[in-house]
Amino acid sequence: MSINMTILLIIVGCAIVTFIPRVIPFIVIRNIALPKVVVQWLSFIPVCIFTALIVDSFIIQDTAVLAIDWRVLTAIIPTLLIALWTKSLSATVLVGIVCMATVRFFV
Amino acid sequence: MSELTKKLDDEYKLSTFSQGVKDCIPTLFGYISIGIAAGIVGASSNLSVLEVALLSILVYAGAAQFIICALIVAGSPIYVIVFTTFIVNLRHLLLCMTLAPYFTKYSLWKNIGIGALVTDESFGVAANKIVQKETFNDRWMNGLNITAYIFWILSCVAGAIFGKWISNPEVLGLDFALTAMFLALLVLQLEHIDAGKLKFYLSLIGYVVVFMLIFSMFMPSYIAIILATIIVATIGVVKDK
Repeated sequence: MSINMTILLIIVGCAIVTFIPRVIPFIVIRNIALPKVVVQWLSFIPVCIFTALIVDSFIIQDTAVLAIDWRVLTAIIPTLLIALWTKSLSATVLVGIVCMATVRFFV
Repeated sequence: MSELTKKLDDEYKLSTFSQGVKDCIPTLFGYISIGIAAGIVGASSNLSVLEVALLSILVYAGAAQFIICALIVAGSPIYVIVFTTFIVNLRHLLLCMTLAPYFTKYSLWKNIGIGALVTDESFGVAANKIVQKETFNDRWMNGLNITAYIFWILSCVAGAIFGKWISNPEVLGLDFALTAMFLALLVLQLEHIDAGKLKFYLSLIGYVVVFMLIFSMFMPSYIAIILATIIVATIGVVKDK
């Protein structure tokens, strides 16, 4: 059990810059009424960010050219169908894990 | 009468700490598998178990923790690591801007406490409540956040300690838990919009996919995520008139 001074400095610095964007909206929005257009803009954030995070999961950036992780994309299809069918978070996650493991086992 | 009682009962259940804990369960697969992976990567980057624990307690952000470890191994200067972490975690600003309006009636400290523990996953579960127009409150959000926080820290520490003996979570498909969850959350979002607007929302999803693919050719994916989201949300506002 030891803590290196440089590592500690890195951890504390990273903690501060992570804390700020998380907390600022919760401090600022208390004191101002958001304009209607901003509220409307914010209503699109969930759909956009979920899609972006899904796309991010099948993009491989390690290589010089952008590549697609076809195994992940293959697992996404049955998982999406299960999500549409069950509308359940837990069922989708469980089936998703099984699909991904199956695809990795065979491909 | 019984219907009213049931409705009140539902509202009561939805707003307890323990309901928040329960609603967190589907996200735990993601936290545990990615937390263990983050712990393993931390240990293999020559961080001590205590340092891995501090990292997960103080920074508490999956993607950032992997990148911090990679940069430490690469011998990057402190300011580069801190600045990169800032950019990687800037998307929390978007998530918290979306959630904050629902907590304005609570005290400042409660708001800071809730904001400090917002993650992609806890945002997802809360956004799901919002789109379903279900009631939720500070206790529910804390139940959700604190459960996730505890499981994340324990998983990271477990990964750091037992990493040598745990097989790669990728083999089991566990790392896909997160993607599966976002897929389900996306479907649940679409399910609760007006039927007439489905086509409009599907076009927004199409735009995000295209922007993500284009941006990822030129920039790190964590910046692509923020840019694609901001641009397409703006397209949404412009086209929704």
